[in-house]
Amino acid sequence: MEGPLSTAPQTGSRLRGSRCADCAVAVYPADPACPRCGGPAEPVVLSATGTLWTWTVQRYAPKSPPYVPPASGFAPFTLGYVELPEGVRVLAVLDVRTEDAEIGMPLAITAGDGVPRATGAVV
Amino acid sequence: MSGEDVLVCGAGITSFARTEASGRQLAVQAVRAALADAALPWSRVRAAYGGSDAAGNADTLVAELGLTGVPFTNVRNGCATGGSALVSAVGAIRSGAADVALAVGFDKHPRGAFDPRPADWGLDEAYGRDGLMVTTQFFAMKIQRYMHDHGISPRTLAQVAEKAYANGVLNPYAWRRKPLDADEILASGMVNDPLTRYMFCSPGQGAVALILCTKAVARELGGTPVGLRAAVVRTRRFGSFEVFSPWAPTGTPTSVSADAAQHAFEEAGLGPRDIDVCQLQDTESGAEVMHMAECGFCEHGEQESLIPFGATGIGGSLPVNTDGGCIANGEPIGASGLRQVHEVVQQLRGRAGERQVPDDPSAGFTHVYGAPGVSACTVMTR
Ligand SMILES: [Zn+2]
Repeated sequence: MEGPLSTAPQTGSRLRGSRCADCAVAVYPADPACPRCGGPAEPVVLSATGTLWTWTVQRYAPKSPPYVPPASGFAPFTLGYVELPEGVRVLAVLDVRTEDAEIGMPLAITAGDGVPRATGAVV
Repeated sequence: MSGEDVLVCGAGITSFARTEASGRQLAVQAVRAALADAALPWSRVRAAYGGSDAAGNADTLVAELGLTGVPFTNVRNGCATGGSALVSAVGAIRSGAADVALAVGFDKHPRGAFDPRPADWGLDEAYGRDGLMVTTQFFAMKIQRYMHDHGISPRTLAQVAEKAYANGVLNPYAWRRKPLDADEILASGMVNDPLTRYMFCSPGQGAVALILCTKAVARELGGTPVGLRAAVVRTRRFGSFEVFSPWAPTGTPTSVSADAAQHAFEEAGLGPRDIDVCQLQDTESGAEVMHMAECGFCEHGEQESLIPFGATGIGGSLPVNTDGGCIANGEPIGASGLRQVHEVVQQLRGRAGERQVPDDPSAGFTHVYGAPGVSACTVMTR
């Protein structure tokens, strides 16, 4: 997995979450309060790789608004929760072919313009 | 359990099929049916609780029912609206504040899927823009993981829906009354893998009312009252997996349904093994499968050796959703939980007609689950 966590302000495309010092609960996106104990949580940069915990395929175009289809029009897409070593599962759109999605597969996850996106990791 | 015993002495329901009637009209119809069933006039009701999610305030029903001065409390608690109204009515009887109390739930939703907005859920607009504000995705991802962990097959999901439609055929109040077999359900088009179109319930309409009373009132009335041994509502604990979550903690998710069921059984002094008929939240097929285990009726994975062999059918060892559940009745949010209670009341009275569970069932259980992690359960005995 990833090396030691960096707390440097420049995170590139890594996900910025937070973690409670008391109960070590990590969350995404960052939240100033721990959802478990209510105590203060510190910003943390989350790992860039994880494994797929669960997934599905969005087979039909979601209602617009709020959904904004891509310029090329709606096409079914894969989504799922990526489990990271910090003890957090992050919801992401998966740049993975629908027939290739598999629980446990390694993925690389990044923060972009919108929601997190994950792609097949090279391991 | 403390205080007065609580009995259900009247139960009223409307059809859950689509009509032109308003939610309020349906509610009035259900209350009148429940009062007639109990053989009590509206003026005899000493406390009333009720609500809808999208069809107005319950306390306005007094305009049609009669201006008796009764204290009428509005409840609006999402999927637990009916359950919360019931808990309040039970409290009124147990405390001695009322000897006759009403709980009513009703709703009417537009066609098509529920339409949530990111801001209402505290989420960034990107979740809506990028297509992740879709409730059915959550149900699909929860059962997808469950199938992986516990060996549940897609065919079993189809068989849950097949049973729901078969029971709907036998229920004159159901919305979907056409049988569909497992092959048709599997072939009905994937919505979110592994769930197909006919595995889901749809937003609908309907109303249910229940009249609760003390033992003394029940004795005067005669009739066939049912003991309401427990009614509980719980919210989620840390670690649960819920709809519209940008993240979730690792580990085996906690379950608010398991918490609510356990509290209900403790309050009733009974266990899952004592139950002869149960109604479990079936927003889609996978939910019914998971709730069987979460509520304590089987081990995780055991569903695969129960459902395909008819165990959850009306003649099976554990009849589940004998009225067709949400899949055959639709889901009018405010009415759904009390529909389940109504069905168990009829089953325990031996009045469920063609869908009657054989051998005089003596104990029943109901379970609602909804966003954002709320569950309501009841235990009833004859
Ligand atoms: Zn904490």
